[in-house]
Amino acid sequence: MNSPALPARTSGRRLPFLFRRTWPALWILPMPVWLLLFFAVPLGLLVAISFWSVVNYRLTPDATLAAWRHVLGLDFLWASFWRSYGLSMASAVVISLLAFPASYAMAFVAAPRQRLILLGLAIAPFFTSYLVRIYSWQVFLTEGGVISSIVQAFGGKGDSLLNTYFALFLGHATLALPVVLILQTIALANVDRTGISAAANLGARPRAILFRVILPAARPGLTLGLLFAFLLSYAEFVSASYLGGGAFQTLPILVTDLVRAGQQWPRAAVVSLLMIASLLVTAFVTVLWAYREKG
Amino acid sequence: MPPHLKHALPIAFWVAGLALVFILLYAPILSAVLFSFSADRFPSLSMSGFSTQWYAQVLTDRAMLEALWNSLTVAGFTALIATALGFAAAYADYRFRFFGQKAVLALALLPPTVPLVILGLAMLAFFSRIGIAGTLAAVVAAHVVIAAPFAMAVCRLRLAQLDRTLETAAQNLGAPPHSALGRIVLPHTVPAILAAFLITFAVSFDEYVISWFTGGLNQTIPVAVLTTLQGQVDPTIHVIGTLSFTVTLTLVLIALAVVLRQSGGAMSKEETS
Repeated sequence: MNSPALPARTSGRRLPFLFRRTWPALWILPMPVWLLLFFAVPLGLLVAISFWSVVNYRLTPDATLAAWRHVLGLDFLWASFWRSYGLSMASAVVISLLAFPASYAMAFVAAPRQRLILLGLAIAPFFTSYLVRIYSWQVFLTEGGVISSIVQAFGGKGDSLLNTYFALFLGHATLALPVVLILQTIALANVDRTGISAAANLGARPRAILFRVILPAARPGLTLGLLFAFLLSYAEFVSASYLGGGAFQTLPILVTDLVRAGQQWPRAAVVSLLMIASLLVTAFVTVLWAYREKG
Repeated sequence: MPPHLKHALPIAFWVAGLALVFILLYAPILSAVLFSFSADRFPSLSMSGFSTQWYAQVLTDRAMLEALWNSLTVAGFTALIATALGFAAAYADYRFRFFGQKAVLALALLPPTVPLVILGLAMLAFFSRIGIAGTLAAVVAAHVVIAAPFAMAVCRLRLAQLDRTLETAAQNLGAPPHSALGRIVLPHTVPAILAAFLITFAVSFDEYVISWFTGGLNQTIPVAVLTTLQGQVDPTIHVIGTLSFTVTLTLVLIALAVVLRQSGGAMSKEETS
């Protein structure tokens, strides 16, 4: 079986011309084709629908700006927009700060083998039903729930924590923490160790190593973590309705209400496109910043 | 860690941060497990006793079992297709220079940035037009779109650690492209492919917005939970959570064992250099 003396007999072989030409396409094409068909086309349709009209509760192809005029003139739309955007950005920043010490511990304190186990444990909750975990937080936060019982045992008032920003933030963190932890830990663990050692050998203080070597090198991954925390929080609508109560009317809730309550597809399409536009601008600016040249 | 790395703050600070995050992640799961065995209908710290009645109720619920089967089918097909697409795209980006490369990459990274509510809306509109709305195939097609970018990212990150000259060298020595791929690239990427499969499976298994919009009468587990959530307090939600957590934790542990064995050598090399 094992014949190390076997000559490299493939060396002279010519592959068929057709194979050489189609080989790269075999790898390049599948993803863009699938995405064009099931992603770009549906979104294009949504753009078209924003110019359609609803006649007798039926969506009818049209070329009207009625939906755009109606939606952009709504005061409560703009209120929802800024509320959604601000709350999600706040959540993203807090989640990133909360995750950083943990990611640092996994990347630099834990041994490589431990790191893999910890990362696995951090990912695992991502696999469990998100909705069930939101339901669980409800049990913790409600009046007479787990947290208020504990607070009362220590002589506090123990009011319900539902319908507060804290509850909404817990929902966002429940969704985004695993993703942020993974992105941050990978970024930190991939920081060139020789650079760190060199800085240390040259007498850099620990704080300088953290802020001038580790953080700049890990910046793209850390920023991506922040961006994903924002994207996930911005799009999330379950914790806004079940933990935040009616207190936080966000854009995703508005979209579902428009479709489910009134078959207002064109208006829902307009709100959707506004959300996408704001997301794209945010993502673009963030990514530019993450990969900007140092200096 | 390099033995000479001095931390800017005491190790206790970083470890405490780690503990806090893990409490946040696991408190809701553990409480779901605990209350799934509660004899009471309303979960509270003063439990009157333990019971498995809610398990009996879920496991004899025909609709729930059907939802579970739907979820597994959709997640399985989604993970297979998304991982294949993701690896292909990652390998293409790593190996070839082609026209529109940046555009393809940008397109591939877009889906996770689009809110699921909007995708659900757009896909429902699209699938109704082509007449497949309400089928599981429609849900799979949609789930692949949101899952494949994750698979691509995971594979691409792993490929970035592979010396690009190895494969070119193999081909210069006469190895045909598929043999260089099979002998050099694939063995190196296997842990990432496995991770990609699990991640995409998870993304699909837990996804409820698109399934809710496009699945029609074919409920998956998360959609069933969502419908229950909108109603009254229902202890069976804790049971469903406990069951799905048990299944997925087992999966993750198996995957982890494989990854540990696969990358054990590479990891320690990278650490000691």
